[in-house]
Amino acid sequence: MSRGRGSNLARLIFLGPGLIMLTLLAVVPMLLMLSTMFFQRGRFGGVVYEFTTANFSRLFQPLYLNVIQDSLVVAGLVTVLALLIGYPTAYAIAQLPPKWKTIALLAVMLPFWTNFLIRMYAWTILLSGPGLVNEALTGIGLIDKPLDLLYNRGTVVVGLLYGYLSLMILPIYSAVERLDPRLREASANLGASPVRTFFSVTLPLTLPSALIGAVLVFVPSFGNFVVPEILGGGKAIMVGNLIRDQFLKARDWPFGATIALVMIVVTVVLLLAQAVVSRRTRSA
Amino acid sequence: MTLLSIEGVSRKFGNVTALSDVSIDIQQGEFFALLGPSGCGKTTLLRILAGFETPDSGGVRLDGGDLLKLAPHKRPVNLMFQSYALFPHMTVAKNVAYGLERENLPRAEIKARVGEVLEKVGLEPMANRRPAQLSGGQQQRVALARAIVKRPRLLLLDEPLSALDKKVRAEMQLELKRLQHEVGITFVVVTHDQEEAMSLADRIAVMDQGRVEQVDAPVTLYDRPRTYFVADFIGANNLFTGAIRGGVFSAEGLGPLPSKATTADGPSALAIRPERVRLTEPTPGMVQGVVVDVSFYGGVSHIAVEVTGLGRKVLAATQGSARITPGTVVGVTWRPEDAVLIAN
Repeated sequence: MSRGRGSNLARLIFLGPGLIMLTLLAVVPMLLMLSTMFFQRGRFGGVVYEFTTANFSRLFQPLYLNVIQDSLVVAGLVTVLALLIGYPTAYAIAQLPPKWKTIALLAVMLPFWTNFLIRMYAWTILLSGPGLVNEALTGIGLIDKPLDLLYNRGTVVVGLLYGYLSLMILPIYSAVERLDPRLREASANLGASPVRTFFSVTLPLTLPSALIGAVLVFVPSFGNFVVPEILGGGKAIMVGNLIRDQFLKARDWPFGATIALVMIVVTVVLLLAQAVVSRRTRSA
Repeated sequence: MTLLSIEGVSRKFGNVTALSDVSIDIQQGEFFALLGPSGCGKTTLLRILAGFETPDSGGVRLDGGDLLKLAPHKRPVNLMFQSYALFPHMTVAKNVAYGLERENLPRAEIKARVGEVLEKVGLEPMANRRPAQLSGGQQQRVALARAIVKRPRLLLLDEPLSALDKKVRAEMQLELKRLQHEVGITFVVVTHDQEEAMSLADRIAVMDQGRVEQVDAPVTLYDRPRTYFVADFIGANNLFTGAIRGGVFSAEGLGPLPSKATTADGPSALAIRPERVRLTEPTPGMVQGVVVDVSFYGGVSHIAVEVTGLGRKVLAATQGSARITPGTVVGVTWRPEDAVLIAN
């Protein structure tokens, strides 16, 4: 088919430069890096090219498995909370009159214009012993002495949630916004209460976007090492910290690459799951 | 028996008047049409009946009860949306069953009724498809099935056939009428297509700028329009503005025209259908003109006549091919009783 070939050519021309960049600058270096997991570390850093599977057996030591498990729990918790907070927020924004919609969306995106690191340090000021939150609470007489708000797993969850919530809100907002209002009217017209309409029509049709939001929040939360460091005080170690430490402190590239593989596998599995669910709800 | 009575309903959106003091009574079992150009308020009226809009003033009674007090999902009124609004994530059968499931009916009954209604609209083999896998005509029938399966007191149809091509449209018109007889539900259809309204409806309310101009049977609307708008909007018409003095209608710039004055003296308009216009040998005292265009449409021919002193051309229709040629000077006349006088 000549038409098919023509559009293939056009596709190649448009996609070509991007694909070449992606392959040369992201995929190839990543594969090179990952390939080191089959080799040994050198005594003074670097890689000795002798085949070994030791890195994998080391991965399954309880120490590392615990960190991976902790990271999954923290990232999972952050994702669920982001979904519970983000969905109603996105839904509410989509119902606003156009002018307020713009303002609300701006408010959601505003934090993105500030450096992530600075935002996290701002939280330490807010939550520290003599910080704003404790001052306020003692000020109104709710508590007698400052609470220990910093440097625990809860703080890490709060920090990650704050950092990535907008990645949940935006895709859900666009899905709710795109949803034909007549579908909800049709549902009401057929006798469904507003609650029923939400669960039978609105939610199923916006679920694929909520899942995209979930992946967007989960993946960077899972691999984050800044928040556990600053807000967790180094006490709550996550996979991201582990990878960074292997590369920068222990100079053990092969093992660092092995842990990095875990992250990639988790991400790919999540993306596949998202794709499968979306296809099922949308299937035409 | 009056099923639905709309009493003095008004609705404004900002400065725009969508409905202005609209009153209509609709009978049980009737096929009723709301007809008018876009923006005439007919869709707003439909949305008020469905509960998606509330009027600023006025009332709506269904079976004697106040309809406006009921939430949209509690009204015994179903709406077939112009865009169909089928649920894309559900199969055809699920779409149709949706309304019945909300009534908490037993599963077996839901299944039986869904099967029955799908058979009625000829879509049984498509029951397990998704809306996106159907053609426009099939989607339309799903929307119809979904709306009638609940056996509502009143079925509202918003431009039901506008998205279909001409041939499917004619089929669906017949099907709609057959279905209405079969299920005995009162239909209210909103349309801007007068042919659709004329062929489907028992009675039509012609609307313009938020007002009801005339409510009548199609034939009456065509033969006896009561307002200038209706005379102009329904079918082709020749309209002359002028005044009645001493029981004789005189058009501006033309003088007296054949008519039987039934209305009082005063400013008035005269309407005469093209098929009632007769072209003759010109005689003195008669309206005269020059034939400027003859178009042959198979069954009928349209002849346009340029009349001096008149802004628009007079249109005459004759059966078969016209033997007249452009350039001929003709007399334009009609039987006095065929002309309709409309008081301003």
